Amino acid sequence: MSTTDPAVALHGAGRRYGERAALRNVSLELAAGRTLVVFGPNGAGKTTLLRMLATLLRPHAGEVRVLGHELPDDGYAVRGRIGFLGHEPLLYRELTGRENLRFHARLHRAAPARVDELLDAVGMRARADDPVAELSRGMVQRLAVARAVLHEPELLLLDEPLANLDPAAVAQVDPLIGRASGHTRVLTSHDSAGALPSADVVLGLKGGRVALLAGAADVSAEQIAQLYA
Amino acid sequence: MRATVAALLRKELALELRTRESVPAMVLFTVTTYVIFHFGLDRNSVEGDLAAGVLWVTLLFAAILGINRLFVADHEQGGFDGFLLAPVDRTAMLVAKAVALLAFLCLVELVAVPAFALLLLGPSLGQALPELLVVLLAADVGIAVVGTLVAALAIQTRARDLMVPLLALPLLVPVVLGASQATSPLLEQRGAAALPGDWLSLLALYDLLFALIAYAVFDFLLED
Repeated sequence: MSTTDPAVALHGAGRRYGERAALRNVSLELAAGRTLVVFGPNGAGKTTLLRMLATLLRPHAGEVRVLGHELPDDGYAVRGRIGFLGHEPLLYRELTGRENLRFHARLHRAAPARVDELLDAVGMRARADDPVAELSRGMVQRLAVARAVLHEPELLLLDEPLANLDPAAVAQVDPLIGRASGHTRVLTSHDSAGALPSADVVLGLKGGRVALLAGAADVSAEQIAQLYA
Repeated sequence: MRATVAALLRKELALELRTRESVPAMVLFTVTTYVIFHFGLDRNSVEGDLAAGVLWVTLLFAAILGINRLFVADHEQGGFDGFLLAPVDRTAMLVAKAVALLAFLCLVELVAVPAFALLLLGPSLGQALPELLVVLLAADVGIAVVGTLVAALAIQTRARDLMVPLLALPLLVPVVLGASQATSPLLEQRGAAALPGDWLSLLALYDLLFALIAYAVFDFLLED
């Protein structure tokens, strides 16, 4: 990727599930280091967009480029450079938090010391050896954040990352996935008051189509509220 | 790829040790089935063809239980996504799952074969044991490879519990046939005969064929 290439670029991207179009004709560009916040009601296509950027779903139309590589053909080249936090924590319930993080560290060839470092960072060191099934949803979400950034990715794809987190936990994960982390970020949210200040670009989806695409400074909370009307 | 296979295999064994979902169920199934055969056949002992058939059909159905569970944790707890997001060769999952299933089958047979000898088998196993171990290993490799392929296919469907036996049983007929034919002379009442090399070769060939097929198509089974 050259320094002028956008970190994320979509041109007429689309995705279907059977006959139903989940995402239609989405075009946008996001520069490296910037944050795109995606708003939209349930079923608008937010999660589909994130999973497509994460190489987990193939685009059925248009062009999708992530970190300078075209998807899905070049998926292998970007996988280790993406941190994905979806609705599911991607942690095995019967394994402990530490075992799960070590497993992902081995897959990503991350240093073993990074596991303990992140357990401390998300405040989970004391419960690291409990099975995930015995942890609260907030604790599991904190472990999921640690899993997503374990391999120090360049691009973070975050699907409602602060769901289930109390204010103290939000403060703990913010240095890892917040604006101050310096990552290029694409995140989904329903909370305009919370997410808008951290956005550089805002995308509004409705029925799989782009209903709003603008710089964050030009978007009001009322415009976002209209997406849900 | 070796490090990825090791990581996946370690995770598989840890999950089985923690949940004990597959191996204990498979062991219980085999022992119960041998008890049922013991009473159902209404005879104190079996030998030759019948002994080989009872041994292998029971092991095959026990294997189906393990095949059914092989990808459940990955499917239900996001393990597939976690794996697909890593920059690793996807064949590593095929190898790790097949080796894990092979290990489960070997563990089951550690109990199942002595239980079979105790409950049903007429002739002593002692003399035939080394050759029987060779047949067990060759057949287990085939069951593990075919089972992993079928499990990966079936997990993507809603009717997983139905699909696994429907797909696996026909594909495993040559394995059971080869294993039974190779085992039969070893379990003769008049004393173990030589291991039939042609049936063992058939088993080895089938193992190799399905290993190649699985290697060729496994990536596509994991794809969206």
